[in-house]
Amino acid sequence: MKEKIIEKLSEIVGDRLLTDIDERVSYGYDASFGQYMPDYVVQVMSAEEVREIIQLANTYEIPIYPRGASTSLSGGPLPVHAGIVMDFSQWNQYLEIFPDDLLIKASPGVKTGDIHQLAEEHNLMYPPDPSSSSICTIGGNLAENAGGPRGVKYGVTKDFVLGLEVVTAEGEIIRTGGNTVKNVTGYDLTKLLIGSEGTLGIITEATLRLIPKPMDTKTAMVIFDDLYTAGKSISKILTSGVRPSKMEILDQNAINKVEDYARLHLPRTAAAILLVEVDGDPDALTKELNVIQRALLEIEVDNVQIAKTKEEEARLWQVRKLVSPAIVQSGYTKISEDATVPLSKIPDMFRKIDEVKKKYNLNIVVFGHAGDGNLHPTINTNMRDAEEVSKVEDAVEEIFRYAIELGGTLSGEHGIGTMKKPFFPVEVGEAGMLFQKAIKQALDPKNILNPGKIFPEAGEKRLVLKND
Amino acid sequence: MTETLIEKLDYQATFDCVQCGYCLPACPTYLAFKKEKHSPRGRINLVKMAAEGKIGIEDMREGIDLCLGCRACETVCPTNVRYGDILMSAVEVLKDNKKMGIFEKGVRRAAFKVVLKNKQILRLVNKGLYAYQISGVKRLINRRNLLNPMEKYRDLNKAMPDVRLSRRLKNPPNPFRKSAIQVGFFQGCIMDVFFNRINDLAVKILSRHGMEVTNIPSQACCGALQHHAGEHNQTVELAKKNIEAYEAYDFDYIVNTIGGCGATLKEYPKLFKEGTEWHRRAVNFTAKIRDISEMMAIVDLNFQYEVSKNAIFQPSCHLENVQQVFEDPLKIIKSIPGLNYIELKDKALCCGSAGIYNILHFEESMQILDMKMKNVKVARPELIITSNPGCHIQMQLGVEREGLSDEISVKHIVEVVAEACGI
Repeated sequence: MKEKIIEKLSEIVGDRLLTDIDERVSYGYDASFGQYMPDYVVQVMSAEEVREIIQLANTYEIPIYPRGASTSLSGGPLPVHAGIVMDFSQWNQYLEIFPDDLLIKASPGVKTGDIHQLAEEHNLMYPPDPSSSSICTIGGNLAENAGGPRGVKYGVTKDFVLGLEVVTAEGEIIRTGGNTVKNVTGYDLTKLLIGSEGTLGIITEATLRLIPKPMDTKTAMVIFDDLYTAGKSISKILTSGVRPSKMEILDQNAINKVEDYARLHLPRTAAAILLVEVDGDPDALTKELNVIQRALLEIEVDNVQIAKTKEEEARLWQVRKLVSPAIVQSGYTKISEDATVPLSKIPDMFRKIDEVKKKYNLNIVVFGHAGDGNLHPTINTNMRDAEEVSKVEDAVEEIFRYAIELGGTLSGEHGIGTMKKPFFPVEVGEAGMLFQKAIKQALDPKNILNPGKIFPEAGEKRLVLKND
Repeated sequence: MTETLIEKLDYQATFDCVQCGYCLPACPTYLAFKKEKHSPRGRINLVKMAAEGKIGIEDMREGIDLCLGCRACETVCPTNVRYGDILMSAVEVLKDNKKMGIFEKGVRRAAFKVVLKNKQILRLVNKGLYAYQISGVKRLINRRNLLNPMEKYRDLNKAMPDVRLSRRLKNPPNPFRKSAIQVGFFQGCIMDVFFNRINDLAVKILSRHGMEVTNIPSQACCGALQHHAGEHNQTVELAKKNIEAYEAYDFDYIVNTIGGCGATLKEYPKLFKEGTEWHRRAVNFTAKIRDISEMMAIVDLNFQYEVSKNAIFQPSCHLENVQQVFEDPLKIIKSIPGLNYIELKDKALCCGSAGIYNILHFEESMQILDMKMKNVKVARPELIITSNPGCHIQMQLGVEREGLSDEISVKHIVEVVAEACGI
């Protein structure tokens, strides 16, 4: 049987079929947790190849797991039930800009950073900017509906996609949407497929919307004495009449880790700092920051430092960039979460995380995209210490549940994947889950497209960070 | 008494890797071979899986063997994974696991135990090469295309530098001037055989700028190639020899012109257990090690002539990623009068030389070189500046393969500075 599948797959992709154990084990992980072993890896290079492989998989009922650069933090590309890993990372040849239409078309393996660069060469911008832009693929961004710091002003991946080419579970190539912002012909399948984590169809090309590149940016750092005021100031800024292009927060722990790591003269005693960027016409930017400053004064926040030069501005953003490397300790593994809450609930979330940290005696730092309620509580843990891992599992679960309680969500931008599926019904409810499952059932009746993701399987009720 | 695989492989360090993939775009072999097992993230996972017994030891081999060891991944890694240590642990385990053929054993023994460790033999090699050159054999071979059927040797032959008869570096002490800075020179084996002129020039540059340079006779090979081949004990032996040799003098700095050797010298402390006497001695030794460009950057170079060339710089991977010297060579190059510096796209990517990688894995090495040359052709330089003999030969090979040897010359940074200083 396996020989027959190998023969057929190699007829489709030739030597881009990988079956040796060292190859297969190399496509069994992502940036989340767990190691699995696929039976076959195919490095696809065209929609036609994808179509033929899906038809084969359909006939023999073999699961297929689409995979970009495998930077996923939620387990999206993991081959949990063996089968075929479909690697898109090498299909990066097609990238074309249509400046007059403010469009870019790309094959799924194109790196998000390359899209940014091409757009900027034409004085345009593709706003979604996950921090892994220089590595991750647009296909992965589409499957997971990736976000990034610019979400506060511009939105996320789904807000910049006009159309898709998709191979269905039946092996048909279809197109959704088109080349225009306005398009109400039929169901909005584009939005349904984005963020569906490869469970409803396999995306083989995307048409992305661009906007004019903002002329300039300016950045301020706001320093807080207590977390509660920091939380309150987020809504205050966003209702001041100015819309920042980025709003990133670091708690005291994060500030001190960065300071230890890079000595940038940060205020170690501050409870939190908030980095606020505005973009647009350079003449307007100073005025906009003044508006924000005045609004903050109303709640007695007066420690606002505005970067005077481009170098100073770059240094401030360096602070945010250095959080990840700074919080890593040798021998420890970093677990990044992305529970997201309504803006007014950010202070509560901060308080809860602090409580959890003390309760379980864990090393947690909090930073993230304050402007859209998307926090990244990050835990450093020793994955070889079973007792500590189970504490982490409990702690993360508590954070998830609280986010939902506050009217927030399990995941702002990382996806549900394998990691958060036990909590999926908690957020959407039984009926909500059944409705979503009905869609899955209708579009992929044999459950061959990325099985084992989003929906919990029988008995999966807890977060599990280890699979062995 | 047998260590378990988990102890022999640097299994603990693999936990520092969060599999984020930030290393992928920095890895020349991933870019060239396009498969996850040829990426740092993939290799670390192979080591982890082998340590856990989920794959066999031999299943690591292809991924590990084809790593250049350039360590560009360490420079971009956001979680500071000690990739070099993980790699070396796997190389050693694979070496121990392999039933070596009598030929490979012989070559290894000849190369690592006898030739590289023995200056006199190296000098004989140098004499042989010199004889080969002056006897006209090299020219004859080149002209008659005698090596044509074997592209590999033909190109390598063309890329080989013209060898000068190696002489012990002279260190004429000037009795009238007690210079402020005392420099011990480290000449390196390959450098001494193929590029001893560059070492001569380096000594002259340092002397010209007020330093007193001594080239001590008791120095040994740095041990880089032995280390990369998993010969741990030999590496330790050489390290001890060098530490002892230089301890006998009171130098402010120990200077070399070789990115790769310098990196090995700077990593000597890793060979010894922390807290031991040898570790302490290694730390003291390493604190004095400088690349020639670090030294040239702290003096006010006395330029006399213009070098009117469009030039690119191909950094040595180990100078950057291990020695952490990034800016000094560029600062020097940009200050050379008349020289027009052009930034080579993706210059930090390895050229594919990587010690003896281009001999062991010729085809793969050429794939990597071709990626490099694509960017070189876009930059269209007249001069390629290098900082390590391996890169030097490889870039020369790239120029030959592209048929550009009439348009592009390859020089060590020392040669360019010497030319500008009238040395």
